[in-house]
Amino acid sequence: MRFGVVVFPGTWSDCDFHYVIGEVLQQPVKYVWHRDRNLAEFDCIVLPGGFSYGDYLRAGAIAGRSPVVEALPEFVARGGVVLGSCNGFQILCEAGLLPGALMRNECLQYRCQSTHLLVENTDTAFTRGIRPGQVLRMPISHGEGKYHAEPHVLATLKKQNQIVLRYCTEDGGVTRAANPNGSVENIAGIVNDEGTVFGLMPHPERAAETAMGGTDGLMIFHSLLGSLVEDGSVLKR
Amino acid sequence: MRARVLIRLKRGILDVQGSAVLRALAGLGYAELRELRVGKVVELDLDAADPTAAAVRVEEMCRKLLANPVTEDFSIECPLP
Repeated sequence: MRFGVVVFPGTWSDCDFHYVIGEVLQQPVKYVWHRDRNLAEFDCIVLPGGFSYGDYLRAGAIAGRSPVVEALPEFVARGGVVLGSCNGFQILCEAGLLPGALMRNECLQYRCQSTHLLVENTDTAFTRGIRPGQVLRMPISHGEGKYHAEPHVLATLKKQNQIVLRYCTEDGGVTRAANPNGSVENIAGIVNDEGTVFGLMPHPERAAETAMGGTDGLMIFHSLLGSLVEDGSVLKR
Repeated sequence: MRARVLIRLKRGILDVQGSAVLRALAGLGYAELRELRVGKVVELDLDAADPTAAAVRVEEMCRKLLANPVTEDFSIECPLP
C-alpha cells in the first residue's frame, strides 16, 4: 500500500507516521506538501497531528481549505482511503469530509495522556483486523478534541454505524470518567458513510512499538494492509 | 470599505472559555455576572464600491472559512462608518 503523509506548516506528527509506515511496517511512503493536488500515486493519505497553519481561526480551519485537502474528495472517489489523526481529524471535520466539529476540551486543559478506546465498528478498512468490542490503548495529545455534533447528525452516525472509537475504561466501560475531553457520547473516532475516511483524536503512530509503551496503534495499519490484500477494496482505481 | 464580522458560539453550545472567564471575574468580585460568552471579531478592509455587493462577499467568506456552521453563528456589519 502506497502511503502519502501530508505536511502542513505546523504539522508535528508527520515524521512519526513516516517512520512507522516506512520503518516499522516497511511500506512505501512519501511526504505530500500541503500545496500538492496530485495524489494519483497513493492508496492512503494520512493527515497527521500538529497545529496546521498555527491552527489560527479554529483548529484545522485553514488546512481544511488547502489545495491538498481540496483534492481529497476526488482521491476518495477513485478508491483511496484517508486517515486523519488529531489535527488531521479536526481538518477532516473542517473540510466537511466528516460530520461534526472538534471544540476546546471541556476541562480547558491540554490533555497528553494514555487512553483506552472501545472499538465499536470493525467493518471498516481501518478496523477490520480488530475484534468488535476490543479495547485499544493509544495516547492522546490535544487541547481541542471535544467532538460535537448536532442531535440529528449523531442519530445518523449511529444509524449508519459510523462511530468507530469511544473513550472507555480499561475494561471497556464507556463512562464519563473515561472521557478525557468532554466529547459527546465519548466519541473518539468516526468514519464517513462509505467507511473510507477515518478521523480519530488518538495517535496510532505513537503506539506502534513496544518501546513506545504499546503497539495497539499498529492494528489500524494492519487492518488497512489486510483490507488491500483480502479483497482489493481499497484499490478500485 | 470596512466591515466587521462577529462570530459567536451557537446558543446551547457550552462555552467553556466563557465559563472560565466568568469564574475569574466572579473571583474579582463581580458577583452579578449571570452569563459570559466569548466570541471573535474579524475586521476587514475591502476594495469595493457597492456596500450590498461587498456584504454578499463577506457573507460568502463567513460561510467558506470564517465561521464553522456546526458550532458558530455570525453577524456582519458592512459597511462600517
